[in-house]
Amino acid sequence: MSTVPIDRKNLALFSILAESQEEIVSDWIREMTGATRRTDLMKESELRMQCTEVLRAMNHALERAGADFRSDAWEPVRGMLSEISRSRAQQGFSPAETAMFVFSVKKPLFAHIRRAYKNDPEGFADETWITTELLDAMGLYTTEAYQKSREEVIKRQQEELLELSTPVVKLWEGILALPVIGTLDSARTQVVMESLLQAIVQTNSKVAIIDITGVPTVDTVVAQHLLKTVTAARLMGADCIISGVRPQIAQTIVHLGINLLDITTKASLAAAFRLALDRTGFTFVQDGRKA
Amino acid sequence: MAVVSTETVPVKTEPDVVAVRRRVREVSAQMGFSLVDQTKVVTAASELARNTIIHGGGGRLCLETLNGPRRGLRLTFEDNGPGIPDIELALRDGFTTGSGLGLGLGGSKRLVNEFEIFSRPGEGTKVVVTRWK
Amino acid sequence: MEKIPILKMGDFLLVTIQVDMHDRLAMALQDDLTQMINETEARGVLIDISSLEIVDSFIGRMLGKIAAMSRILDAQTVVVGMQPAVAITIVELGLSLPGVRTALNVDAGMEILRSAVDGAKRTNGSRLN
Repeated sequence: MSTVPIDRKNLALFSILAESQEEIVSDWIREMTGATRRTDLMKESELRMQCTEVLRAMNHALERAGADFRSDAWEPVRGMLSEISRSRAQQGFSPAETAMFVFSVKKPLFAHIRRAYKNDPEGFADETWITTELLDAMGLYTTEAYQKSREEVIKRQQEELLELSTPVVKLWEGILALPVIGTLDSARTQVVMESLLQAIVQTNSKVAIIDITGVPTVDTVVAQHLLKTVTAARLMGADCIISGVRPQIAQTIVHLGINLLDITTKASLAAAFRLALDRTGFTFVQDGRKA
Repeated sequence: MAVVSTETVPVKTEPDVVAVRRRVREVSAQMGFSLVDQTKVVTAASELARNTIIHGGGGRLCLETLNGPRRGLRLTFEDNGPGIPDIELALRDGFTTGSGLGLGLGGSKRLVNEFEIFSRPGEGTKVVVTRWK
Repeated sequence: MEKIPILKMGDFLLVTIQVDMHDRLAMALQDDLTQMINETEARGVLIDISSLEIVDSFIGRMLGKIAAMSRILDAQTVVVGMQPAVAITIVELGLSLPGVRTALNVDAGMEILRSAVDGAKRTNGSRLN
């Protein structure tokens, strides 16, 4: 059997959905037992509403284009299934549980179809096949939609993680600190650069201290990224000091022949802070004497 | 990967460079590119548009929005000018036949994700750049 | 063709670039500035690019030229207000702006110009870089 759209008049499914909606919904929900039902995640009234809406939408689509799930007429149903998958994914249903939402309607529907074709075994076989194809397509569609929404969640979490891992701290009037922890790859550098530059504008800072105590290794790639960040900050009118340069890192930098140009580096954040205060015109006074 | 939309913009005279910037900005903003990515692709377009006018004697820009696993913006600059005799040399920073800093081509390459250039002396030049979301 | 206005503020000239500049407008600005520095004997030029969303190699070149010209005419140039996205793009583009001093905003820029001019006065007009 091909997916040639069949005139609704020939499909018992159409009239079944039109006339026996409530009964089918009840049977449908009853089919969703145990794992697929998840009473802990969804109330019965909500589920009932979802099922009813889906059947209604299916009916409309059947009327316009028969059982051709991929046609434009079925877009509202696809949209509904997408939304249901998305919300289920967020609620914590598994992919299988989400797909079973669709597949659980098979038994009730087939029971009705069988009754409709009581004296027509061939017609029954044909329509069963068409209905199976349709419901399988719908079930698979929910799985795809589920996957997509999970991927979106993961992507968003990755972005948030990236942002959280590089907070910009205001140390003093006009002085920012950016403690970098972990490796600096291209993606991370972009985020780091953007947050730092934004912060410079927002806080009107003249000096930014980039602390790399938490960066395990500095190779030419990392050095390039740091250089880019410093250059960009300079173009905006802010100066950068790199602090937390451990002896091993200093050695690596020299060894690799990395040219840090005229960027000031300090071993500790404290030393960098001292220098930054100096550059912004502040002096320390301890007990009345200049410290 | 499918081409969702196509449009052509003439790149013939100097004011067209501004028009190109504006259009590329509009489209990339509509597509939801981050501000930094928008700036990068618009700047690249500005460089390439200027090249088309100054070195290529004028031509056109074809903007295509792409859909696939990721969304993307593809810009194709074409002209029927004298062509570039030594592409590698042209891509090198600092190289210039004009009075510029010579960053147009090499620089633009760094601002986009994909960069292709087709050019032969006497056969015009075509530069295709793509920025992915 | 519209021109970018140049304001005189004491010893300094102030330029605010607010439009999407096409090449000819940029070159006109260069010429106008040179002329005005000469005429007014200005000691400093402040260029506000906080509204500029794009700085490509041509505009970058223009800023560099303005800085160079001004220096010859004994004036300092400060470019202020570069947007973060623009700064990031310029770095990626590989554009360096030699001889162009930068500051976060107009206030910071004026501070730089004033101290540069004061310094020059103190050392009897010797040129500062």
